[in-house]
Amino acid sequence: MAVRPFYWASMAAYTLRRLLQMIPLLFGITVVLFAVIQAAPGGPEGALLESGRFIDPEVIEAYRERLGVDQPVPVQYVRWLGAALRGDLGVSFSTTRPVSEMILERLPATVELMGVAFLLAAVLAFALGTLSAVKPYSWFDNTGTAFSFLGIAMPVFWFALILQLVFGVWLQWLPLSGTRTVGASSFGDHLAHLVLPAVVLSFRYVAGWSRYLRSSLMSALRAHYIRTARAKGLGEGRVVGVHAMRNALIPVVSVMALNLAALFSGAIITETVFAWPGIGRMFVTAMLSRDYPLLMGILMLGSVMVVVFNLVADLVYGWLDPRIRYE
Amino acid sequence: MSDGTRGPDTAVAPPAPSFWKQLQRHPMAVASVAVLAGLTLVCAVGPWLVPWEVDAVQLDAIRQPPTVAHPFGTDDLGRDILVRVLHGGRFSILIGVLAAVLGTGLGTLVGAVAGYAGRRVDGVLMRITDVAYAIPSLPLLIVLASYTGSDPVSMALIIGLLSWMTTARVVRGEVLSLKEMAFVEAARSVGAGPSRILGRHILPNALGPIVVGATLAVGNAIVVESSMSFLGLGVQPPTPTWGNMLMDAQASMATTPWLTVFPGVAILLTVLAVNFLGDGLQDALDPRGRER
Repeated sequence: MAVRPFYWASMAAYTLRRLLQMIPLLFGITVVLFAVIQAAPGGPEGALLESGRFIDPEVIEAYRERLGVDQPVPVQYVRWLGAALRGDLGVSFSTTRPVSEMILERLPATVELMGVAFLLAAVLAFALGTLSAVKPYSWFDNTGTAFSFLGIAMPVFWFALILQLVFGVWLQWLPLSGTRTVGASSFGDHLAHLVLPAVVLSFRYVAGWSRYLRSSLMSALRAHYIRTARAKGLGEGRVVGVHAMRNALIPVVSVMALNLAALFSGAIITETVFAWPGIGRMFVTAMLSRDYPLLMGILMLGSVMVVVFNLVADLVYGWLDPRIRYE
Repeated sequence: MSDGTRGPDTAVAPPAPSFWKQLQRHPMAVASVAVLAGLTLVCAVGPWLVPWEVDAVQLDAIRQPPTVAHPFGTDDLGRDILVRVLHGGRFSILIGVLAAVLGTGLGTLVGAVAGYAGRRVDGVLMRITDVAYAIPSLPLLIVLASYTGSDPVSMALIIGLLSWMTTARVVRGEVLSLKEMAFVEAARSVGAGPSRILGRHILPNALGPIVVGATLAVGNAIVVESSMSFLGLGVQPPTPTWGNMLMDAQASMATTPWLTVFPGVAILLTVLAVNFLGDGLQDALDPRGRER
């Protein structure tokens, strides 16, 4: 690829400007999230009271004071923000451990699941989309269309239940849930546990992305430069795989980057069904025990991911498509 | 009609084929209309026709696989699954439609005001949209549901209130391009005010994407509600919804698979039909797609 000094300079300026724009956006997100979470009635002592035992009101007041929730909400917000800017997301109500520590502990499992699901979806969508686009309206393509409608309409958790039923209960090929069999520590055992959650999480994206690639590749194959490529005697594999694919990938890759953030919502459900010890499952637990700092930390992580992947999507778009100019 | 006799006033484009004609070119979309109408009807009147009560516990008939008396089987309290799926359908469809109407209405309002007013108003509204867009919606919904209560109407309200962002962006884009058109200029020149221009001249021309978005939003809201109920954080038992029936089904999946199959098929069928309809509407309502 030819060196494009002007391009890189404008790209750097654009990236810097977008990064600066992220600051007010993230600030707005913290305000909304903090307000929403703090508006919940009951407070952290609610979980104590629900246990049904009598608890001395003074004990509850001391508990609230220790957690800092006796202060007005704006004061709490400023305290939280000040600490968060220094990388301190507060202390979990339920475990009294630092939130950042708890999140970092669970993050690898979620990243592993999301990463494997993303790669699986990308590889399958690439193969299916290309085969469909090369022979549109063939039986293969029609099957693919039907399958993609199913994939988009199927609720993640129901698909998970059906796969557990078929492969875990009836056929007994794969473990139902967890990350490893008790007592076993082999890598193969871990992989076997990863198969069902990864397939479930990726299914919807295989369906969506393969259709995107199909339509994008089909319109690329109608372009004049493809006729030129064929006319000069290039093999069909090179015409489709190199000339058409490069242009067809542009919209698909940016959709993929945007969907990375949506994978996070899917991970909450998938992790819960398969008892996968990641962030998503920790979120459901934190929700049930009204662990505000932990909820705030997890929701901030999710929001930062959305904002960052949006930027990545735009940058990748510009990198793949030199016609895009960043002003 | 020969070319020689054509007057100048007949040299306009032929009238656009009617909306139904357009939709009929998508057999799956037409079938989907039938499926959705049928499902709604069956869920609305079906519970009166089935001889079982929705929460009638029959301890002598627990965990029965599908039979003639109980076509969908019974659960571990002996409750008839068919009548529970029908009841659940009432709530799921109600939540889907209500949330879609609310979300689309709010999105259209925000988008139309932002696009038409421009400048500061547009800037402020779009920054708010950006913030709302960047927060992952499922976890935020779960937090909101924890204190708005989890009856079906509250669920529809919060799902609707958090699903307006895409519509707002689409409508804003449409309004931005439509407001530069000559017919808007003409309306303004005869003294039409902003609300009349938007309501009578601009929005009717942007109806296609709004209707398509609203249709797809119904399916989306049904899936979101069922996901939340499945996590135990949406509509609470004993009120049956397709989502919380599946939550109950998970524990005994190995021995009573029919509890898992029927509510799931109901969701799948509904959402599939909604998506096919949305697809058909997209082509039928998009004037640019007509030449294909």
